Amino acid sequence: MEYTFEQILKQLPEISEKIKESREVILANLIMLGEIAAPTFQEARRINFLTDRFSEVGLLNSSVDEVGNGVGILDGEENEDNILIVAHADTVFSEKVDHTLTVEPNRVWGPGVADNSLGLAVVASLPTLLERLNIKLNNNLILMGATRSLGRGNLEGLRFFLSNNKLPIKAGVCVEGAQLGRLSHVSIGMLRGEITCTVPEEYDWTRFGDASAILTINEVINKINDIPLPKRPRTSIVLGSIEGGASFNAIATSANLRFEIRSESSEMVEEIGSRMEEIVAEVTSKTGDEINLDIFARREPGGIKFSHPLARKTRLIMEKQDIQPRLAPSTSELAAFIDKNIPAITLGISKGDNLHEVKENIEIEPLFEGVTQLIGTILAIDGGHCE
Amino acid sequence: MNNNNIQKWLKNNTYHHSEFWDLKEMVKQKEQKELTISLCLPTLNEEKTIGKEVVLFKSELMNRYPLLDEIAVIDSGSEDKTREVARTFGADVYLANEILPNLEEKKGKGENLWKAIYQLKGDIIIYVDADIKNIHPRFAYGLVAPLIYRPEVQYVKAFYDRPLAVSDEVRPSGGGRVTEILIRPLFSLFFPELTAIIQPLSGEYAVRRKVLERIPFPIGYGVETSHLIDVYSKYGLGAFAQTDLDQRVHRNQPTRALGRMAFGLMQTFFNRAKSLGLIENMTEFETVLRQYQVKKDNYEQLTFDIKEDERPPMIEIPEYREKYNID
Repeated sequence: MEYTFEQILKQLPEISEKIKESREVILANLIMLGEIAAPTFQEARRINFLTDRFSEVGLLNSSVDEVGNGVGILDGEENEDNILIVAHADTVFSEKVDHTLTVEPNRVWGPGVADNSLGLAVVASLPTLLERLNIKLNNNLILMGATRSLGRGNLEGLRFFLSNNKLPIKAGVCVEGAQLGRLSHVSIGMLRGEITCTVPEEYDWTRFGDASAILTINEVINKINDIPLPKRPRTSIVLGSIEGGASFNAIATSANLRFEIRSESSEMVEEIGSRMEEIVAEVTSKTGDEINLDIFARREPGGIKFSHPLARKTRLIMEKQDIQPRLAPSTSELAAFIDKNIPAITLGISKGDNLHEVKENIEIEPLFEGVTQLIGTILAIDGGHCE
Repeated sequence: MNNNNIQKWLKNNTYHHSEFWDLKEMVKQKEQKELTISLCLPTLNEEKTIGKEVVLFKSELMNRYPLLDEIAVIDSGSEDKTREVARTFGADVYLANEILPNLEEKKGKGENLWKAIYQLKGDIIIYVDADIKNIHPRFAYGLVAPLIYRPEVQYVKAFYDRPLAVSDEVRPSGGGRVTEILIRPLFSLFFPELTAIIQPLSGEYAVRRKVLERIPFPIGYGVETSHLIDVYSKYGLGAFAQTDLDQRVHRNQPTRALGRMAFGLMQTFFNRAKSLGLIENMTEFETVLRQYQVKKDNYEQLTFDIKEDERPPMIEIPEYREKYNID
């Protein structure tokens, strides 16, 4: 089926109504996927459920690849080109956390429900939703739950797929549970790492007062704060988490700091990365403590332009649905597409709260518009309106 | 006695829910046999869990695979939003005291289960408790499957054990504290064959209407126990099947609450045993306690012959009398 872009815009209210009628499909997938714990590198059970879902609805090519990604292909009528819809399957919660979700009339809450169980549930529901909407695409729709995305995973799942699969991909859409309105089309340069400090176990009176891993990390932080950051290109250093010590009265023998350097310029990212190395070397020589710097994730800045048809048409779809587009650069899956020069965007599905906390939640009502915008965007890409 | 029968029953009538993964085939069989199936969720203040149960069963077992013909919540008068939440997600919601309003009002879970027979239309009714945190469609299809595939089976009980066995090790298998301390020893004494039901007190079961309409319902703690005794007395062990539904996560009861439960269960039990003439006519007690263990996927019976032998008072022993010069 081929629609003009105006026809697609006109269909949106009707699509939204039908999505509302299919509320249980999305919520049931959200519950069943979301209650399977999937910390990064341990996504296998969640992915198995996803591929079972793909097989149940009759996707012929449903499989798990070498790095554990779950992939299903909904064949298009012309079968020549491919659109990749991807949601990362991993969450920040360990298997030990109780993954029970609670469904209330207006919202669903529980660990990982927004990031990214909802995104994955929408990918799992797409074949059923498209069938109910009687939508048949010209291009193949590759549906994917990507593994090893967060933290040390460094987007390994999607990167592996894009490097190894033989299918030409004309565009990609990354689906995130929250927030509705998110529209990312550029990735910023990024470097992510961890600084770990260890001091010897034995109590040393000669160093009374300063033999603490926390003090050493504090010294590192002070020096990071002294790094001058330019206004242009926009650059920031995020100190994301800090851990150290065990008790009130025992000297902390280990501490670690997790950080991310972000910048519009890859040179700036590299420069600050080098400064970090110097800081670590300097503090090590001063204190004699063992300090390690481990850089485990990088992104190159890039992406499609604001005026690229994919970004522009998606904005028009969102505006038609009264969704206020919030343009924010991304460091997520989008970066893997950018590295391969594939036009791609990231969309959010619903409103969410308490992200990455046990009481994480998403609202039910807004997700109907969120899914509608995704289907509208798929139709626009499929109809060739985004090239 | 009964050992072979129990072992045979365990082998033929004990299932794991994963054996029933083919829901398409199950729906086909259901339609061929022209069966209608109702799901009953008895509730009292379950707003936290009811929404999820209704969403999952409706999406998976009504829309995706049309196995259920209705999903009904029978509520005892919740003071929270249980009824509103259930209705929002599309369940039929009834207040127990509005069903058969001319009858004297009674309050209890058994009352809701009993009134469901009147209110719901299915040839088979599946009862699932509404407080299950890890609800999954298997809680319904795992129980109804033996009734669809085997016409001679009348009553299917749930039990909760483990994910599919991965080791060769033998491990104990059984129910909760009340089951192992009270019910299984009582069954071993009076109804040895019923000990083969791994979790006699589980609140999830599927039953044919023609059986449900012919048995009484205690409205309190005793409903599950009385069902087992009554169905067993009428139809024998062969009418039962049981399905392992893996794990069930729910609230844990404090020991005192279990004491109250045990007291209610004993009332039901002895009433039944008395009316069946088992107490008066019993000349000797059974001495074999039956417990269960599982090796790989096979459940096996462990029997312990426990004879409570006893000694007379020491004063009756001649040697004792002699030693202490007692005449």
